Amino acid sequence: MKTIKAIIASLALFAMFAGTAAQAKVEIQWWHAFGGRLGELLDEQVNKFNASQDKYTVVHTRKGNYSETLNAGIAAFRAGQHPNILMVFEVGTASLMAAKGAYVPMYQLMKDAGQRFNPKGFVSAVSGYYTTTDGKMLSMPYNSSTPVLWVNKDLMKKAGLDPEMDLSTWKRVGNALDAAKAKGIDMPFCTCWHSWVHLENFSAYHNIPFATKSNGFAGLDTELSFNSPVHIKHIQTLGKWAQEGKFKYMGRRNEAGKNFRAGECMLMTESSAGYAGIKKEAKFEFGIRHLPYYGATEAPQNTIIGGSSLWALSGKSKEENKATAAFLAFLSRTDIQAKWHQDTGYLGVTTAAASATKKSGFYKSNPGTDLAGIQMMRNKVTQNSKGLRLGSFDQIRGIIDEEMEGVYNGTKTAQVALDSAVKRGNVLLRRFERANK
Amino acid sequence: MEKRVFFKGWWLPALLVAPQLLISFVFFFYPSGQAIWNSLFLPDPFGLKTEFVGLDNFRFLLSDPYYLASFKTTIIFSTAVSVSSMALGLYLAALADRLIKGAGVYQTLLIWPYAIAPAIAGVLWLFMFNGNIGLASYYLKALGYEWNHTLKGDQAMFLVILASSWGRISYNFLFFLAGLQAIPKSIIEAAAIDGASFWKRFGSIVIPLLSPITFFLLVVNIVYAFFDTFGVIHTITSGGPEQSTTILVYKVFSDGFVSQDLGSSAAQSVILLVLVGILTVIQFKYIERKVHY
Repeated sequence: MKTIKAIIASLALFAMFAGTAAQAKVEIQWWHAFGGRLGELLDEQVNKFNASQDKYTVVHTRKGNYSETLNAGIAAFRAGQHPNILMVFEVGTASLMAAKGAYVPMYQLMKDAGQRFNPKGFVSAVSGYYTTTDGKMLSMPYNSSTPVLWVNKDLMKKAGLDPEMDLSTWKRVGNALDAAKAKGIDMPFCTCWHSWVHLENFSAYHNIPFATKSNGFAGLDTELSFNSPVHIKHIQTLGKWAQEGKFKYMGRRNEAGKNFRAGECMLMTESSAGYAGIKKEAKFEFGIRHLPYYGATEAPQNTIIGGSSLWALSGKSKEENKATAAFLAFLSRTDIQAKWHQDTGYLGVTTAAASATKKSGFYKSNPGTDLAGIQMMRNKVTQNSKGLRLGSFDQIRGIIDEEMEGVYNGTKTAQVALDSAVKRGNVLLRRFERANK
Repeated sequence: MEKRVFFKGWWLPALLVAPQLLISFVFFFYPSGQAIWNSLFLPDPFGLKTEFVGLDNFRFLLSDPYYLASFKTTIIFSTAVSVSSMALGLYLAALADRLIKGAGVYQTLLIWPYAIAPAIAGVLWLFMFNGNIGLASYYLKALGYEWNHTLKGDQAMFLVILASSWGRISYNFLFFLAGLQAIPKSIIEAAAIDGASFWKRFGSIVIPLLSPITFFLLVVNIVYAFFDTFGVIHTITSGGPEQSTTILVYKVFSDGFVSQDLGSSAAQSVILLVLVGILTVIQFKYIERKVHY
């Protein structure tokens, strides 16, 4: 009996100590979508924060890809089991913005926690995406990138092409692909994120609307408009390349990145953030170029961002919100941002981080890493190039992907596919408008 | 003569059926009721507000050509899975039944795939047919056949049917083998003495005697193809390309949990519920009559 009593007593004692230890530190949860190299870098940031102070602990969990993370967050919110911080990719922004009450707006969170925070420090092309029309920042930009053209210089040489040749227009790219195909290169062209690169950014870059009402910024009653002749021409070109075996379709997300890193694909359109993986894995000389455009329009406009921002979800204690604010403020620190930018290829989202990177001579020793930033900020943004704010956009992207698959496998013309995508997408926009009135 | 047992009083029978009733309520009536209720609303994803829309969700669904196409996909898929896995199961069972030596080893090996969860089976097949690293796609390419199930709907369909049938063959094999072994040897021997060939014996004795099992398997396989193949489809194609492998159940999931359109998803569940009800009634009313017990 005595021993049992002793065990119980010691257990109780242990539980007490464990309890006080847990109380001493406020623990907050962060759900995100990063695996691979990006996941390692994210883990590094979290560890750095946890080590930098003794009041808060951040625990991060990967919930799958961007869509899966968003859905896990939403489902958890309904069940009241949601994390403090949720990573939401740019496509989900409109859905969260419309869900007033599901999040604590960034400006509010920082004010309540008494955290010093300067929303003006962010690059406006990025923060504009997450800011209301009256200038209130709702979420914290975390990783933002823009699509660029990745070049496998070794394969270019193999195709008998000058690896430094001009690839600024789709016409020139087409010529290069012809040459590569003729030389027996198996995968001259591949792309990641079809809708994002070839319709969304394509629209901004050519200064044509992707959707009405300033791409949705000006109201929920927006309608899709990416079935213009210029759009159709481009998608038809991709379809033709696919039929001729010059463009290989590998999947809807960033599956093609694997082929590029393995040295199979000669030219790839992918996010500038492909940098982390390509730098780590590529056993060939690679180059970064601006996204090509159609020479017919004047000089290209700017491209828009993809990536995610961090949302502080509502319904958490004051203490936890304080921890969240401290962590988010930490993430926006110049040294953290500059390192993230240089390691990953994501844009430097604060102006200070961008200029610190420039000062350090990073761009000089890593040519091409500054292209994404230049491409995004090269012109004054127009209402077509500010970004997109469309409800149910993840599903609309799914629809676009489906329809584009029809073009690539030759069962549909670009005209039919894009018309159908617009029509089906508009149905979802109306449904979203109705649910969020 | 039917035997009936009467209980005195009501509390003992009530107590005896209570667990079953409770389970039916928790796992069937409550969720079904929820689905019917939710199908009349259009909620926002976070559950912050909701709007009563009457039958609008159903109207929205039935005017969606992809939803209607999903019916066709489901029929093709479940027919192909049931027929192919049952035919192969029967074939293998007939062969294994004739084995004299090492029957146990063969039987064990043939049953093995059944132990693999659908999602894992999906991943296995996906690896083999992966466009980047798959062995099967590599050899197909060497033979001059371009394999890319992420783009070609018929290839994707073939792959999910293959992966779904594979594990199922074992299950069907097991039941057919048991059925074959239950057929009295004397009947078959008598027919053989009368001069009936193997195929004649198989066609006019074995198949009719197997019909109860075949009927049972048909029901079970169709239910499997309708509902349990979710894992396979999710891991291999996620319903793509162009929704060519989106069966009804997958659409419930993808509209509800990927697209966060819970109203539409609930409406689909209700339609599915009705459909399965009808299917079961048809099966037991018309097909069962033709079955010899």
